[in-house]
Amino acid sequence: MIHICDVPRYHAISEDELKQMREKHVLLRSFSYEKTPLERGYTDKILTVDLGAKEAVVSDIPAEVKEKFIGGKGYCLRYLWDAVNPSTRWDSPENEIVMSAGPIAGITQYGGTGKTLICTISPLTDIPVDSNVGGFFGPYLKFAGFDALELKGKSETDVIVVIDATTGTITFEEAPLEHFDAHVLCEELTSLYAKDEKDKMNVAVVAAGSAADYCNMGMLNFSFYDPRRGVTRLKQAGRGGIGRVFRDKRIKALVCRIDGVKANLNHVADIGLINKTGVKFHREIANNDIHQNDMRGVGTAYSLRTLADYDIVPTNNFKFGDAPGIDEMTAAVFKKDWLTQGAADGCWYGCSMACAKASDHFLLKTGPYKGQRVCVDGPEYESAAGLGPACGIYNPQEVLEINFYCDTYGLDTISYGTMTAFLMECYERGILNRERTGGLDLSWGNAADDLELMHRMARNEGFGKIAALGIHKQKAYFAEMGWGDLAEMNDFGMEQKGLEYSEYSAKESLAQQGGYGLTNKGPQHDEAWLIFMDQVNNQIPTFEDKAEALYFYPMFRTWFGLMGLCKLPWNDIVPADNALTDDPKMVPEHVENYLNLYYGVTGKRIDTKEMIRQSERVYNFQRIFNIRMGKGLRADDAIPYRSAGPVFEDEYLWREERYDTQLVELAGYTPEQVKSMSLQERMAATRKFREARYQTLIDAVYPKRGWTLNGVPTVEHLRELGMDLPELLEVIEPLLAKEGV
Amino acid sequence: MILNYREYKSWREGLTVRDVIEENTFTWPKLVVKRNGTVIWPEEYGSTVLDETDDLEVIHLLGGG
Ligand code: SF4
Repeated sequence: MIHICDVPRYHAISEDELKQMREKHVLLRSFSYEKTPLERGYTDKILTVDLGAKEAVVSDIPAEVKEKFIGGKGYCLRYLWDAVNPSTRWDSPENEIVMSAGPIAGITQYGGTGKTLICTISPLTDIPVDSNVGGFFGPYLKFAGFDALELKGKSETDVIVVIDATTGTITFEEAPLEHFDAHVLCEELTSLYAKDEKDKMNVAVVAAGSAADYCNMGMLNFSFYDPRRGVTRLKQAGRGGIGRVFRDKRIKALVCRIDGVKANLNHVADIGLINKTGVKFHREIANNDIHQNDMRGVGTAYSLRTLADYDIVPTNNFKFGDAPGIDEMTAAVFKKDWLTQGAADGCWYGCSMACAKASDHFLLKTGPYKGQRVCVDGPEYESAAGLGPACGIYNPQEVLEINFYCDTYGLDTISYGTMTAFLMECYERGILNRERTGGLDLSWGNAADDLELMHRMARNEGFGKIAALGIHKQKAYFAEMGWGDLAEMNDFGMEQKGLEYSEYSAKESLAQQGGYGLTNKGPQHDEAWLIFMDQVNNQIPTFEDKAEALYFYPMFRTWFGLMGLCKLPWNDIVPADNALTDDPKMVPEHVENYLNLYYGVTGKRIDTKEMIRQSERVYNFQRIFNIRMGKGLRADDAIPYRSAGPVFEDEYLWREERYDTQLVELAGYTPEQVKSMSLQERMAATRKFREARYQTLIDAVYPKRGWTLNGVPTVEHLRELGMDLPELLEVIEPLLAKEGV
Repeated sequence: MILNYREYKSWREGLTVRDVIEENTFTWPKLVVKRNGTVIWPEEYGSTVLDETDDLEVIHLLGGG
């Protein structure tokens, strides 16, 4: 086991190199501003940066916006809506990237209070995508005087934008010598803008990576400096291609510099309450984490081995749910051989859950950094499962290398993993072959060619250009080339609305099929993770129960995104006596903590009902935003059949007994009928039953959410929420009229 | 016996909570176990023998992502 006290510090960049870089910087434009201090979690200011005009403007956030949209994702969506129109696409100059951290973000007394939310029109989905990320930037932006940042227009050359709160300046600069790959670029900019080693803690960088220039799944890295290791580390705003938009605007990086994090920069309403709530939480982590999930030991990858026991791991492109090689990459293996133990691995100050694990001085075997030793952040569960079992890879060293390159190149590990798994299945089925892939052997488990594919994506070369498209466009391309049948690829290509699935196999949980399919941004589990409640606990057996869960959880979880909170401290640790509460799965004590934090910061008392209402306003706004962009109706909530049931024969045979039994117990066939049916007939009957049941689920969920059966929020529902805004009514009224509502 | 609101077909004389957890590969680290509504703590799993009429809940708490 590697302990942090045995890990040597990373080499700093030499003064000579930094000097050369600094000398080549060209100051294009500079603005001064007066820093607005935070009051009860808000500055009520937004910074708009126009990359084309090289302008920076500070504006007030109107009180009505604050009241209805709260902050974080709410602000991002509100400002994005105002910037775009129905024909805006990801690369239109008016498309914006909007970031906001939310009112609670930036406190340091409780775990998981440093998240930034980011929205843009996605190159994968053509609708708004939201992504949340740790690291320093969002909270520092608040400390620099801004509740939100809008990035609009396009620069003609690569620029960095520096927000320096210590001098009250915003500058546009060219920085030609700095690298593009995130692990190097973030280190370089941190060193360049910090006065000294200690000051590196005061610099936050946002950067994509070289592959984000070409790949629709390009993501953004947010830095946080690790003083113990002496290295700049990275967290990712992964989903939906925000990095691609960032690079399309020719932003090389954003830098925010402050003069230090202090205990009460949010100038909260009741610091005593926040301190008290924080102490209780930290004590709980110290006492219980090792007996529960061991987040401090292995991070979220703790669940990999155990999820295979429930058939939930997305093995071989979600074909199977167990994972034959999983014992080679269990949490114990990662802990023993790869992840440094004992480090304060929080991605924001004060997060004692410390799940941002790292593999230190990891020796790279491929690519442009071959032979170098680097700090690899993660892998988190999603990365480990998507880059590993989804592609038939079970070697932790290979998974870590793929994870590292995804991060530094600026590729979303989830989309990359799911997309590569799709390509591997295409290879298995003869849709692809060596000739079509430019010599790559994309057989299951071939990590070497998986990595080579990624290096080609970063170089925009050969088949790497096809991989860069993402599954949705690949399917159309393969069909157009006559290589594969579109209907068949639609069945096993794990994307919906254009976004690749995150890494849970939902075949045995109808509620989770909805948890993926009935999301706003596309199939990401952050709205609703219901597999256990449904498949294992059987707590939501009826359509009505599932619909209630698919109403409540997305609203509850949206609230984290309004506040700038990390979801993990809600339920990846629970109080020792949680089992004795009325509703253990909700972790009532933690919900109470969140209400106290909200009150402690803003001075406003809310209850859980109001918490849900705050979210519901933004959730419905996002749904209507999707409709406005042309993709928010029932037809768009359809899911690939692979998500609901077995597409191919070997997939059915893998759990033949289960599927046969379900035909009897759930679908109404007699045992004799099932016995007399051929494999194809049983598969067809299973499909018919499962597809029908998904439609029944939708019929139950939409009315619960206050939507019509076509998925359109009703005027009455908006009125109840106080969201009957004219711009929303303008979008929905013609559709409601068509439905006769 | 009922397990998670479904009939548990493998009930037998002497069956313990630990047996149920092992037979069903309930390896998730955060379980809440209740027999007839009363919490059974992990140290009691092996010694809690289940009756044919028991209503057992093995609730997996959420986690991840
Ligand atoms: S729980 Fe993990 S991801 Fe969440 S804030 Fe803490 S360290 Fe970051």
